[in-house]
Amino acid sequence: MGERTLRGATAVVGVADAASPTGELPNRGRALEAAMIAEALDDAGLTLRDVDGVCHVGPSTYVGSSLGLAEYLGIRPVFTEGTNVGGSSYEVHLEHAAAAIATGLCEVVVCTYAETPRGDRNRGIDSEMPLWIGYHPEAEWEAPFGLWQPMGPYALAASRHMAQYGTTPEQLAQIAVSTRQWAAMNPRARYQSPITVEDVIDSPVLLSPLHRLDCCLVTDGAGAFVLTSAERAADLAKPPAYVLGAASCHDHDMISQMPDITVTAGAVSGRRAFDMAGITTADVDVLMAYDSFTITALLHLEDLGFCAKGEGGSFVEDGKLGPGGSLPMNTNGGGLSYTHPGMYGMFLVVEAVRQLRGECDSRQVPGATVAVAHGAGGALSAMGTVVLGTREAL
Amino acid sequence: MPARFEPRSTEVSEPFWRATRERRLIMQWCRPCEHVVFYPREVCPRCLGSNLEWRDSPGTGTVYAFSVHYRTGSPELMDRTPYVVALVDLTEGARLMTNIVGCEPDDIGVGMGVQVTWELLADGRHLPLFEPSTGSHGDSSRR
Repeated sequence: MGERTLRGATAVVGVADAASPTGELPNRGRALEAAMIAEALDDAGLTLRDVDGVCHVGPSTYVGSSLGLAEYLGIRPVFTEGTNVGGSSYEVHLEHAAAAIATGLCEVVVCTYAETPRGDRNRGIDSEMPLWIGYHPEAEWEAPFGLWQPMGPYALAASRHMAQYGTTPEQLAQIAVSTRQWAAMNPRARYQSPITVEDVIDSPVLLSPLHRLDCCLVTDGAGAFVLTSAERAADLAKPPAYVLGAASCHDHDMISQMPDITVTAGAVSGRRAFDMAGITTADVDVLMAYDSFTITALLHLEDLGFCAKGEGGSFVEDGKLGPGGSLPMNTNGGGLSYTHPGMYGMFLVVEAVRQLRGECDSRQVPGATVAVAHGAGGALSAMGTVVLGTREAL
Repeated sequence: MPARFEPRSTEVSEPFWRATRERRLIMQWCRPCEHVVFYPREVCPRCLGSNLEWRDSPGTGTVYAFSVHYRTGSPELMDRTPYVVALVDLTEGARLMTNIVGCEPDDIGVGMGVQVTWELLADGRHLPLFEPSTGSHGDSSRR
């Protein structure tokens, strides 16, 4: 067996996403997914005829969602991926697709996601997935106690982090504030008006210790990316965003089974992805870290090694995550202020690629050559880390 | 409207729920590993062996994490807000989700000592909840 690495073997060559300041999109379902695929392929300078692999997971789909998508598109893929680990599914799909391309199983893979909770509500469509089908341990050991999903697990993690490390509500609030500063430069962000730490603290406590403004949005959104081999990427329309490293890890399903509620499996996926890429945290120009809640992002900063465990609060409080700061994080405005349809990981990849291409207008991080997309799925359960880089970073 | 979302038991967890009819908390143990197993399983997650037995739990522990729920997605609990969802570490090592009752939410802190108490379900089983330990003075680190 040769050197087991995906470094530089593949690249993201096309991206697309859709979101609106109204929080609503005119399309939904397969039509929206197909539009995203068309846009991402066009962005790459490829067509549907080039596609031989497909990744898909989305709302209201349990089994065979990639089958249905391929059928709708009328394609016959030789690589299919439908792993559903929640919001980080798209980082995991990218990892698996990169491995498939690197080993010659396929050459051009599209991955898409569309979910429209607001539009569906207006249309009277019940698109909400039940938390479980048939028997699930959660129905026996958690649900009777009224843990409110999806916020409850994160509130528990925040309470423990505060007690164990002295993290304050104001420090968590600063993450929402810095993220909103980025959103102010994204004309498609749901919320673009600046907020202060006081605004977050003054917003209602829904589940202690988390406030309303510690929570992500519920909006319509969709996206797609196209991945291909580095060789093929060289001739395409846009500068390739090379996959320098990719790794995933999960350590529980239910929050009550998480070994240490203050340490996520991102400590493993992050180290593996960074090692594969041959980078350290100092090399990261843009960090796209899944922010379902402020505490989620704080845990990522610690688990990826940007600061020591327990020091996330003091790390973020100077505003370094915002525009002009030393660690630009969630430059699209994040799940907290840009969009969050439910499985947000797609948007992490899309923004990371656009930053590496220099396509981000006023929110562009100058000269970005390395960007990290770090997704979280389930109840802090499944982490997927993808390190992307420009040609200079190869 | 039931007073609680009724836990659905399985063949392997049935002894746990049967014991709650007598307000007894029992835990599954792996004999070879001498390790507590929770939630109940057909096999030990350490050795994959099935040499498991049920033992009485002292029913004492400490609060590992908690969240005061001012809102809820559980219709049957709407009139109970604010209520407290917690993870409790039992003395013998298992961690379980529960509610903390018998005190004001503001009096609860991570690390606080708690003991089991019971809420009767419609079918005669009981749900294991926790209350501050007798003589507990709470936790000075609480906020």
